[in-house]
Amino acid sequence: MTAISLRNVDISYGDTKIVHGATFDVAEGESFALVGESGSGKSTILKAIAGLAPEWTGDIDVLGQSRGHGVDYRFASRCQMVFQDPYGSLHPRKTVDSVLTEPLKIHGIGNRDTRVKDILNAVGLDQRFRFRFPHQLSGGQRQRVAIARALILEPRVMLLDEPTSALDVSVQAEILNLLKRLRAEQGLTYLMVTHNLPVVGFMCERMAIMNKGRIVEIAPSTALHDGSFGDPYSQSLYAASGGNPDLKEIV
Amino acid sequence: MTLLSVENLRVSFPTPSGPVEVVKGLSFDLGRERLGIVGESGSGKSMTGRAILRLIRSPGHQIADKMEFDGIDLQNRSERQMRQLRGARISMVMQDPKFSLNPVMTIGAQIAEALRVHEKLPRRAVRARVLEMLEAVRINDPERVMKLYPHEVSGGMGQRVMIAMMLIPQPDLLIADEPTSALDVSVQAQVLDLIDELVREKGMGLILISHDLNLVARYCDRIMVMNAGRVVETCAADDLHKAQHPYTQGLLAAVPRMEETRDELPVLDRSQWSGT
Repeated sequence: MTAISLRNVDISYGDTKIVHGATFDVAEGESFALVGESGSGKSTILKAIAGLAPEWTGDIDVLGQSRGHGVDYRFASRCQMVFQDPYGSLHPRKTVDSVLTEPLKIHGIGNRDTRVKDILNAVGLDQRFRFRFPHQLSGGQRQRVAIARALILEPRVMLLDEPTSALDVSVQAEILNLLKRLRAEQGLTYLMVTHNLPVVGFMCERMAIMNKGRIVEIAPSTALHDGSFGDPYSQSLYAASGGNPDLKEIV
Repeated sequence: MTLLSVENLRVSFPTPSGPVEVVKGLSFDLGRERLGIVGESGSGKSMTGRAILRLIRSPGHQIADKMEFDGIDLQNRSERQMRQLRGARISMVMQDPKFSLNPVMTIGAQIAEALRVHEKLPRRAVRARVLEMLEAVRINDPERVMKLYPHEVSGGMGQRVMIAMMLIPQPDLLIADEPTSALDVSVQAQVLDLIDELVREKGMGLILISHDLNLVARYCDRIMVMNAGRVVETCAADDLHKAQHPYTQGLLAAVPRMEETRDELPVLDRSQWSGT
């Protein structure tokens, strides 16, 4: 079954059209990456799926149900998003506990105490962090809280917007391992935005390369091993990431 | 020839439970070469860069047995004398162009200011130097870009403007503190190639501060790995893969590779070192 399916999706902010005719499918249980430079529209696609960029046309299907333009409670319990900057995405005056119980309250889910305890265990945070504020946590710990907040509703699909780009390489390794483990344990589907190609090689099976709002190529992540990209733009992006020293010039 | 010589540099900040040292007795010598400083957040690498320019803000405190730049004792200089040195002889490229450029001044005026503070030149000569510098950092149509404000240019272009501003007084030492971490990979390579080229051409010294080991290895001659305020290892950039210290090896292994086949990335075991 396809978890996410986009057909000819155009997304605009006001009068400016950002994404032109995006079409791709992500199978259930798959990990799919959107890569490209800043301004290529990769995060905008995630926002449109999550309902944060409502000005789109075309068809967006998530887990077999088509996505409307408005706020959708039932959608939120199936699909959740993790944002780029853990320093900006957690409310500075709410404790970890209230951040994690808020989605449960909204959706009227009981047994909150056990659920919070379990989710903290699942993301590898000690119980003593439960009543702390974000400023008392390190960047890696905050990103774990953000992942826990997304996971607490037991979604099937996770939208990851550059989940490790604000973190150090050593902490990045921990978060990537965590995401990979959670996916294996819970059979999640990931749609991940990143500009770091080696991270794609580690986390994902397929990727879509975007340039100026258009998907130029969909390639398997094994293409990163030998650089077998069809499109010249993908090749230059690969080369700029240190892939092939012979192709260093950027188009 | 030694350009900069630092011995036993210590930077500390007071806390309710006594002073905390973030740089603990750092010593190094720098010639007209490219030195990379690598470490995680909180390892003291940026503080080292700032301490060289005596830019540690109060209540922070820095002390060293010796800090000498081109025969000048940096510690005995007054604030006024330091200002003459900053920018003119030693300059620093900051992390994010969004926060480091003046939002209410045009790019041309900002670059010209950097030059006018240190040299007395007729207005026409200043303008010519600014244009020449913008061309050197590969900005097309410098005439137009001079009149733009920082919010009107992209991140990569903003960073190139910063580099132009830092290099226009022709300093002897450039400190680049994570010059590309706010930029895209494709622009990253361009900006670093540019710094590299300009540094080689003018025979300057470069200190490149970054948390990305592979990037530093590509652009530096020598690498200093820092952890918790101390240098754990110094090696030639070419010998990085032969690094001895477990911390350096751990950092290297944690980076995902392009030809990734590992199922799990190795994680640093922090209990091994006296970290914070």
